[in-house]
Amino acid sequence: MAMFSLLFRTATRFLFPLMIVFSIFVLFRGHNAPGGGFIGGLVGAAGFALYIIAKGTEQARAAMRMSRRLYMAIGLSLMLGSGLISLFMGQSFLTTQWFSIQIPVLGKLGTPGIFDTGVYLAVIGVTLIILISLAED
Amino acid sequence: MNTLLILILIGFIVAILAVSIHKTFKAAAPYVLALYPLGLTVFFFSQLSAVHDHGLHFSTSWVPSLGINFDFALDGLSLLMALLVSGIGTFVVIYAGGYLHGDSNLGKFYLYLMLFMSAMLGVVLADNIILLFIFWELTSISSFFLIGYKHKYEDSRDSALQALLITGAGGLALLAGLILLAQIAGTTQLSALIDQADIIQSHALYPVMLMLVLAGAFTKSAQFPFHFWLPGAMAAPTPVSAYLHSATMVKAGIYLLARLHPALSGTPLWIGVVTTVGAFTMLMGGYLSWQKFDLKKILAYSTISALGTLTMLLGIGSELAVKTALTFLLGHSLYKGALFMLAGGIDHETGTRDVRILGGLRKSMPITFVATVLAILSMSGIPPLFGFVAKELIYETTLDMYSNAWLTTAVAVLANIGMGAAGWIIIIKVFFGPEGDTPKHAHETPWTLWAGPVTLAALSLIFGIFPNLFGTTLLPDAYHVFFPESTKKIYLALWHGFKPPLYLSIVTVLGAIGLYLVHERLLPLAERIDRISAVGPQMLYKRGIKALPVRAGELSHIIQNGKLRNYLLWTTLSAFIFFGLGIWYSDVPLNIFHAGNFTPRYYEIGLSIMLMIAAIGAAASSSRMVSIAFLGIVGYVIAVFYILFGAPDLAMTQFSIETLSVILLVLAIYKLPRFAGVSTRLEHRRDAIVAGALGALVTLMIMAATAFPLESRLTPFFSENTYLLAKGENVVNVILVDFRGMDTMGEVVVLVIAALGAYALTKLVPQKEAEE
Repeated sequence: MAMFSLLFRTATRFLFPLMIVFSIFVLFRGHNAPGGGFIGGLVGAAGFALYIIAKGTEQARAAMRMSRRLYMAIGLSLMLGSGLISLFMGQSFLTTQWFSIQIPVLGKLGTPGIFDTGVYLAVIGVTLIILISLAED
Repeated sequence: MNTLLILILIGFIVAILAVSIHKTFKAAAPYVLALYPLGLTVFFFSQLSAVHDHGLHFSTSWVPSLGINFDFALDGLSLLMALLVSGIGTFVVIYAGGYLHGDSNLGKFYLYLMLFMSAMLGVVLADNIILLFIFWELTSISSFFLIGYKHKYEDSRDSALQALLITGAGGLALLAGLILLAQIAGTTQLSALIDQADIIQSHALYPVMLMLVLAGAFTKSAQFPFHFWLPGAMAAPTPVSAYLHSATMVKAGIYLLARLHPALSGTPLWIGVVTTVGAFTMLMGGYLSWQKFDLKKILAYSTISALGTLTMLLGIGSELAVKTALTFLLGHSLYKGALFMLAGGIDHETGTRDVRILGGLRKSMPITFVATVLAILSMSGIPPLFGFVAKELIYETTLDMYSNAWLTTAVAVLANIGMGAAGWIIIIKVFFGPEGDTPKHAHETPWTLWAGPVTLAALSLIFGIFPNLFGTTLLPDAYHVFFPESTKKIYLALWHGFKPPLYLSIVTVLGAIGLYLVHERLLPLAERIDRISAVGPQMLYKRGIKALPVRAGELSHIIQNGKLRNYLLWTTLSAFIFFGLGIWYSDVPLNIFHAGNFTPRYYEIGLSIMLMIAAIGAAASSSRMVSIAFLGIVGYVIAVFYILFGAPDLAMTQFSIETLSVILLVLAIYKLPRFAGVSTRLEHRRDAIVAGALGALVTLMIMAATAFPLESRLTPFFSENTYLLAKGENVVNVILVDFRGMDTMGEVVVLVIAALGAYALTKLVPQKEAEE
């Protein structure tokens, strides 16, 4: 059900990457300013929704690179994994750990960041499974 | 090092490896697997003197904040049970290898059997209330798999489910009871309960707690009115019946009663309920056992009778009763484990277990014959078998009771006469007379099938002649678990002299022979009496199981009839009723005119008007597209409100959600039926009333909520600690990913499940239809 409006399709070509980049930006700024994995994931999903409307589900799937189930699975695993790390430190599940690794631009690496990235991926996976299922057939 | 924990864990590992061991070693697999229980038996024997001195205690912390730890203890009582589990287990594993030889699912059978063995070991070694419960439930689950092993037969599946539901329901009651017990006693350690006995028994909730715990013990140990799952469980392969349903698992309830005996027993309630239920079960089992024709059913009912006896003895709870219970526990496990395995051997070689068909097997199956006679003599309480020692003690105990001594003794004699007659039926019908017309031509079983029962039957004889092999070794240690202060010297004797118990034993034996002689003439009468079971617990269970899905189906047809607007109506209506009731019965001041310091600004009024117009528009529009657009407006206006009141995170979420919802609705629109005309005018009005009522109620609730000054300890906590503890400045995000990360994870899991559900609904259903 792709739309054959030239304007819309051309706009999408520029808007889509912008939205994905913006969604990642929202994800990482969430720690200190409005944003976070959930909102970021929704923005990213909206970007893919735009893609679906402009180019159809087949191309949207291709643009996602991997299956939507994998998005959900990786997302949930990241969340679970970030919680499990503290178990090996002798603390209870999901106790925040900070590592002394400095990542340029993003800042210090810690389990909340991993957890939020998991939320981000899972939300994209969930939303697109529903969107694409409805958009197809 | 927590030796006992490691031993149990090894069992679970063996269980996991069982399938590959079966594939690798094929026919030798049972011997490899039997090394585990054999090793355990050796280990437990080596601990005899350690247990005698001080016992073993281990603890490894697990969830210390809730008092859940890997506490294990080995005292006299657990040692007795552990030896039964590992000793009989060794024989059962070897027996199973012969009995189920060539069965295609044998690997899985070993898996379930080893799983059960480890779990049962956990039950008897656990020194922590919660830990005990976990292992307890594991035994129920493994029992379910084992009963349902021949899952192609409906009978097996039903029996497995029945056993699981009954022991599972009892397990739930037990969990509640054990938690109550831990709360009352202030400890989760079983060995510490004994010091709290006075506090526990004088507590106001003691009766409730006791009933819940007893429900768990009685369901597990097949006491009336929960007894009927046990005969059903005979659908399991015979090794399972011998192991789980006579020697070990059904004794878990008895073990629990024994374990909690020092802390809970002695009150009139305990004595009244436990003794009565036990005595009635004993009588009923004895009465029904001689009326059955299936060897395993006969043994099942006599097992119920024996479990009733044990329960009754623990109910009486005197020093003598405890000694008797421990002796009978061992005696029964020895002869009943043997009898089940022998019955399985007979079934295996002749193809039937029906005593009306079987006959004259003493020549073709001499080893089975001798072992059966020994075991039956022990069951009937004939000297010099160990069963005689136990039976004498039972009569001595009942005669020694403070009240109802004669009534209880009479019940015990009657029950034993019934069991004794059942024993004669097995010996005479199966082994004497002309050879029966059996499906297979009978010959002796391979050694794997007779090794176990012959050993157990021989032990019945050895312990009978030398009762103090048990009576002065393990028995005193087990006895001191109940009465740690007691200094009484404990021993057993085969010969008690010419005293009332001996006369009662003679009456029992003569009565059993008499009942055997007339039992065929009594059967029609018994059948007529049996009509009473039409109102019995099993019928109730069967009717309940049949009615449940039907009634549930009827209810779902009303509430969830497949039309989404109907679901919405019920949800809204029940929300209205429950919230309404909550407000009605609360003493919250409904200060409707509490406008107070709230003066709306002009743009807030403007937005509110916009919101209302959009909401009415969405409801009133006759075009779906227009409705969706109106709903979008509602959502965006709410987002603007979030910004105005300083919640940018919420606003961003709301904007994204609204955008995606509009896209979703647009995508879904093609699949929906025409918008106009789905509801009648009347339904429209009804929906309007329900929706309006909920709207009004929510408004009321908000007003009630704002009537209180906003005071929360959470807000200052989060604003103070967000940066300090979690090193983030965005409070909302830090709550989501850090302070309440567990909630977020749960929510995301729900989202994923919802997505998979949506996928299944849209993708899988049409495919399935296409296939058909």
